[in-house]
Amino acid sequence: MKARSKSRRSRLAGPAVASEHLPSQEELRRIAARVLALSEADETEVTIEAESDALTRFANNVIHQHVAEQDLVISIRAVVDGRTARATTNKNDQESLRRATQAAFDLARHQPKHPDLLPMARPLARGAATPVRRYFEGTASATPADRARVVAQLCDAARRGGHTAAGIFSTGASAMALANSRALFAFHRQTRAEFSITAMDGDSSGWAKATSPDLGRVEPEALARRAMEKAALSRQPREIPPARMTVILEPAAVLDLVGFLFYDFAGTAVLDHRSCFNERMGKQAFGTNIQLWDDVYHPLQTGVPFDGEGLPRQRVHLVESGVPKRLVYSRATAKKMKEKPTGHGLPLPNEWGEAPMNLVLEGGDSSLEAMIASTDRGVLLTRVWYVREVDPYEKVLTGMTRDGTFLVEGGRVAGGLRNFRFNESMLEMLSKVEALAPAVRASGEESFDMVVPAMKVRDFHFTELTKF
Amino acid sequence: MFDLAHAAIETARRRGASYADARVMDIRSRDLSTKNGEVGTLGEVESLGIGIRVIARGAWGFASTDRMTREGVSGCAARAVAIAHASALAKQKDVALAAEAAVVDTWQNPFVKDPFRIPVERQLDLLLAADAEMRRVKGVTLTETSMAFRRIEQFYVSTEGSRIHQVKMQSGAGIVATSFAGEEIQKRSYPNSFGGQHMLQGYELIESFDLVGHAQRTAEEAVALHSAAQCPEGTRTLLLDGSQLGLQIHESVGHPIELDRVLGMEANFAGMSFLTLDKLRTLRYGSDIVNVVADARLEHGAGLGTFGYDDEGVPARCTPIISNGLFTGYLSSRETAALVGETRSGGTVRAESWNRLPMIRMTNVSLLPGTWRSDELLADTDDGIWMETNRSWSIDDHRYHFQFSTEIAWEIKGGKRVRMLKNPSYSGITTEFWNSCDAICGREEWALWGTPNCGKGQPQQVMGTGHGAAPARFRNVRVGVAFAK
Repeated sequence: MKARSKSRRSRLAGPAVASEHLPSQEELRRIAARVLALSEADETEVTIEAESDALTRFANNVIHQHVAEQDLVISIRAVVDGRTARATTNKNDQESLRRATQAAFDLARHQPKHPDLLPMARPLARGAATPVRRYFEGTASATPADRARVVAQLCDAARRGGHTAAGIFSTGASAMALANSRALFAFHRQTRAEFSITAMDGDSSGWAKATSPDLGRVEPEALARRAMEKAALSRQPREIPPARMTVILEPAAVLDLVGFLFYDFAGTAVLDHRSCFNERMGKQAFGTNIQLWDDVYHPLQTGVPFDGEGLPRQRVHLVESGVPKRLVYSRATAKKMKEKPTGHGLPLPNEWGEAPMNLVLEGGDSSLEAMIASTDRGVLLTRVWYVREVDPYEKVLTGMTRDGTFLVEGGRVAGGLRNFRFNESMLEMLSKVEALAPAVRASGEESFDMVVPAMKVRDFHFTELTKF
Repeated sequence: MFDLAHAAIETARRRGASYADARVMDIRSRDLSTKNGEVGTLGEVESLGIGIRVIARGAWGFASTDRMTREGVSGCAARAVAIAHASALAKQKDVALAAEAAVVDTWQNPFVKDPFRIPVERQLDLLLAADAEMRRVKGVTLTETSMAFRRIEQFYVSTEGSRIHQVKMQSGAGIVATSFAGEEIQKRSYPNSFGGQHMLQGYELIESFDLVGHAQRTAEEAVALHSAAQCPEGTRTLLLDGSQLGLQIHESVGHPIELDRVLGMEANFAGMSFLTLDKLRTLRYGSDIVNVVADARLEHGAGLGTFGYDDEGVPARCTPIISNGLFTGYLSSRETAALVGETRSGGTVRAESWNRLPMIRMTNVSLLPGTWRSDELLADTDDGIWMETNRSWSIDDHRYHFQFSTEIAWEIKGGKRVRMLKNPSYSGITTEFWNSCDAICGREEWALWGTPNCGKGQPQQVMGTGHGAAPARFRNVRVGVAFAK
């Protein structure tokens, strides 16, 4: 009784700490059991996702937004006579669960039969799944005041240095369970911490960002220092005409470009003729120094180690020495393409099939410093922005450089540059990689986090300039 | 729901908040899609919760919860106050809000047919029929259709005495035909790309599209693009259809006029704006015929930016943004209005859901109609390119340099469309582009286009915005750069 009353107090007036609000595996299992007991469908699947997140946002060297949220979402998929549909609710009282379960049933039966629908997945043998540890108590127990104190110090430092800082410091935790009427039960929980900062210095700016499940691995002070150094180094940016130039891409820039390839590796994308790897599988699409994996188990990766149907994700060597060799498959796509499922299926029903979302681009033995030192004339890019696909088959992407674009001359950084627009084919870019640094966990704003190296690329296509 | 919302702000007040508002949102959505003649997505989602925003010790705090009990919302309000206390560790001055009168009201957008009462099999039948029509066209390799409906019910209260009940019903649909041949993927969409057209209407909107009737032409154009000429590179006269112009307005007018961007509040993610405060009422944003408003009122149209009250309880307003080419107004909130010395908010603050902090979002940022007809526009153009339906969009973080590509274009010679062009693109600088506008079509060709996928904020929020536009002409625009070798 005493423990319970303490828990109630903390829920009433608690300090917005993620760990206080996250349900346990057993609590999620009980909710799943309630739904499965309510369902009259031939087969039923329940996915429950609980999240507790908080974010401290600063701009103009003050905290201007500061938020916390908690939610528990129950999603029910019913199968009725070869048809399937999904209903989702965040109300977990018995009547709401009954209504959502009935809604999934009703939606499913009022549609044509789906020829590719398979029976739901069965449980794995004990020990068949590889566990991952991505929950860190130190992250889950971070308070708003913990984040605000760090932000206040960094805002003070920015002010003293003549910079204007904007950014976020975020912490949170999530838990997910997937259960079905064939007795499959999968559970995962993880924490997340994120810090990013843009430092502005009159006519220049610098940016840095890091994410990790472990708050201890996110270093706000170091990131702030790097952003401010970039802002100072790029003061009074010069304008040079756009052209094909050698570029040195920091990991965040690599991530936000290469990440656009992710869905091209879906079996369904190839079946639908919308992958850039149609007619290119097994052929030399990239340089021989390109090795790409999807690997949720990589020590620098995050994410759920099972897919939308509860299958364990597998490591898949997508590109070997520049040759796209393998795709990822959901169960249904694998059957259509006479392959084995890889555990990358998206929650059913959907039209997308599957996707690799834990990309790892292998690095090399160079370094950012060595790349700069070996460059007579080129451009160093901190990050890219507003990247969009221009040509889906040649995989031409357009976008802008931002927050730290530097001219490299004579083997050293020679100062800031006005920002460029680029139009560059990913097939071409990854065929022109001259050097790779060791891969690191990287985070940008256009793609999900990946493990990628910094890279040096020749003849990167800058097409226009902006005015700052 | 009002009882819970009141309990939340009372708790906040007791804990020391000088201001609080609470917003209960009960959201129901339905999504359907087909691909190659089979059902893709079929699902419904409901989400209920409360978001509580407070000012305490002169700083902001916000907390949200799905625990819709008196205990749950009171605990959430207490957390919001605790968060505000933490925010005060890094403040320079107290938050101030522009004054706004308290409102007690209820508002609902009009619609004829509740999409949630239309049987799902009828909705699927329509999508499958359009899908089948597209698949009849030889050369089409992928067909996709979709519908989306959203009912948003809100209960808003504030410590200043506002109590507003609001219901918004939103509908949308679209079809896409894709053709892969040789070394190209080409596609055509109707009535717009990236999910189609969306408005604040009921199922009658979907019926007005005649998706089946447009399916064959859509598919035939996707296939025909393979044998079309490449869009040339150079400086040309550019004519844009209303849907593409809607997105051009969104990116190069709607975002730069957001006052939170201008004041640096979005600098780390969405970016800032070239429209610094000194440019208000001094900058020639466009040519004399360019008139843009931000109008959330129903009389402007049933767009995704239409509402009765924003999420700060401010009544829907119309703000002149560009008046005969002169830059005349920003999108503002109560906080940003006070920061720049305005007496009232522009009433543009909205949140994606109950768990997100309300922020400045575009309402219906629309280019007012001109006097031309599109047949006159064509006849008056000796040498130009007509581009239609967005394919990609990108703009810098100050909203100054942009590049767009569209699905299809036609070359115009001697006042006539002479041939189809593939892979069209154009680029430019925002103010140069809008100053090159020399003709805008009239009210009869003006439509309020919906952009359902506008992202902003951290954590990111996706919001629907509206953009009224009719076809228009721009001189000396750079075209073809995106595909230049």
